[in-house]
Amino acid sequence: MSGARPLSGRYLRRRAVNALGIGFAVFATVFGLFWLAWILWTTLTRGAAALSPRLFTQMTPPPGAAGGLLNAFFGSFVMLLIAIAIGTPLGIGAGTYLSEYAVGRRIGGMIRFVNDILLSAPSIVIGLFCYTLLVQPSGHFSGWAGGVALALLLLPVVVRSTDETLRLIPATAREAVMALGVPKWRMITLVLYRAGRAGLLTGLLLGIARISGETAPLLFTALNNQYWTANPASPMANIPVVIFQYALSPYQSWHALAWAGALIMTVFVLLLSVGSRLLIGRRPGM
Amino acid sequence: MSNMDSTTEANHRQAEPGAPPDHPRIAIRQLDFFYGKTQALKGITLDLPDRQATALIGPSGCGKSTLLRVLNRMYDLYPGQRASGEVLLDGQNILARDIDLNQLRSRIGMVFQKPTPFPMSIRENIAFGVRMHERLSRAALADRVEWALTRAALWPEVKDRLGNSALGLSGGQQQRLCIARSIAVRPEVLLLDEPTSALDPISTLKIEELIDELKRDFTIAIVTHNMQQAGRVADRVAFFYLGELIELGESVQIFTAPRLRRTQEYITGRFG
Repeated sequence: MSGARPLSGRYLRRRAVNALGIGFAVFATVFGLFWLAWILWTTLTRGAAALSPRLFTQMTPPPGAAGGLLNAFFGSFVMLLIAIAIGTPLGIGAGTYLSEYAVGRRIGGMIRFVNDILLSAPSIVIGLFCYTLLVQPSGHFSGWAGGVALALLLLPVVVRSTDETLRLIPATAREAVMALGVPKWRMITLVLYRAGRAGLLTGLLLGIARISGETAPLLFTALNNQYWTANPASPMANIPVVIFQYALSPYQSWHALAWAGALIMTVFVLLLSVGSRLLIGRRPGM
Repeated sequence: MSNMDSTTEANHRQAEPGAPPDHPRIAIRQLDFFYGKTQALKGITLDLPDRQATALIGPSGCGKSTLLRVLNRMYDLYPGQRASGEVLLDGQNILARDIDLNQLRSRIGMVFQKPTPFPMSIRENIAFGVRMHERLSRAALADRVEWALTRAALWPEVKDRLGNSALGLSGGQQQRLCIARSIAVRPEVLLLDEPTSALDPISTLKIEELIDELKRDFTIAIVTHNMQQAGRVADRVAFFYLGELIELGESVQIFTAPRLRRTQEYITGRFG
């Protein structure tokens, strides 16, 4: 036994590079997490200090007065509903087309490409688009325009998740249904959607999480409303724009409301993400 | 073989209840099949006699599963796959362009290698396909579900939990459910693509007994890698190799006195 050979320069260099690589990776992780933790901590402490039942019972106040965010919560809720009502059926329809009807055709690849562009489109561009298309002709900002802008942001997320969910379902499942002489569209609605419902729902939840914090498209479309309104044809208050305006204001009481709104929105998005994580954990049913 | 000689006449005769048992329900003539540019079946001519079980055997990739997928036009789901030649079901060419695929598949059922229960209740798994083709009263549909499950030897095991999810059944039960689902539509022909290869010996035995029973009423084509199984359930055996039909005969003859050396080498496990 000659024992361990002394480490040559090559092995020493490898060790050093390895240590350097690991060190850098750990640093990068800690660096990223540090900011995330700081953001969450600030939101939590500042938001928690401003939490009160008034948030959900009173309207946005004039500077200095006490008030809540009820009209903004309601406006955000209405516009999310409009976006979901428009974006979900269109998105599931288009995703189904990609997965089930455009198989092996060039058009499928083209649509996927365009959808990916839409998926990463700056939201301010979508806002500007809706402003030109809906706000300008009607002469005023409206909840409808806000809902449509959010729907355009939700749409590509749903298209993509539907496409990918359905493509995960094995071909044997489709064949088993088709072998009974079932028309293709019934096969899709009665079996594929059932088997893939966890994936479809997950995609929708992630999409909602994405649009619920969007501010830029709403600045151009729904703008804001100091008062209560349940009419989507009028300008509507909403959480992101209220946060934006109140945080930029010089008033202490508005700052507090902005932090409270930010905290509640963060918790909402977090719950959506956790919910979709739980759904992803379940495999498709076939 | 007598039915081979009388095929031309038989092809053009509609199936009647009183037809002789060896009347070919399906007559395959000069069938070629292509996956893109690859030819998977070469000039296949074969009869599936009425109410008999024909086993398709041969090494992997020899085209036997492909043949089943031609018989119910399953290949239509995929672009780039095409068949030429003739496949006559009761005299009607099912490769014709104007054939209604949903109706065709209601007449030619298929059971796959892996059990494929739908994510719904046991009752719905059966009723689902029936509803696509017939309008039945609630009572008649319930009768049909019971009939199909009984024929598939599953009724006693599931009759108290028809509302439960089919995904909770064992593998063997799921496969019998799939058979029940196929026969519930009341097809004339049943295609079985290695129906027991994913099952344990007990379940396999049950399915084999079932096939034996079902061939009194249905014309059966079964793809299998199990020589004993082919011998047990099939009346006739067709040996395929590299996309060609090499030898066809009564199963006793194929397994005891194959005419060709290649058949003998395959069934004795020399290759494949």
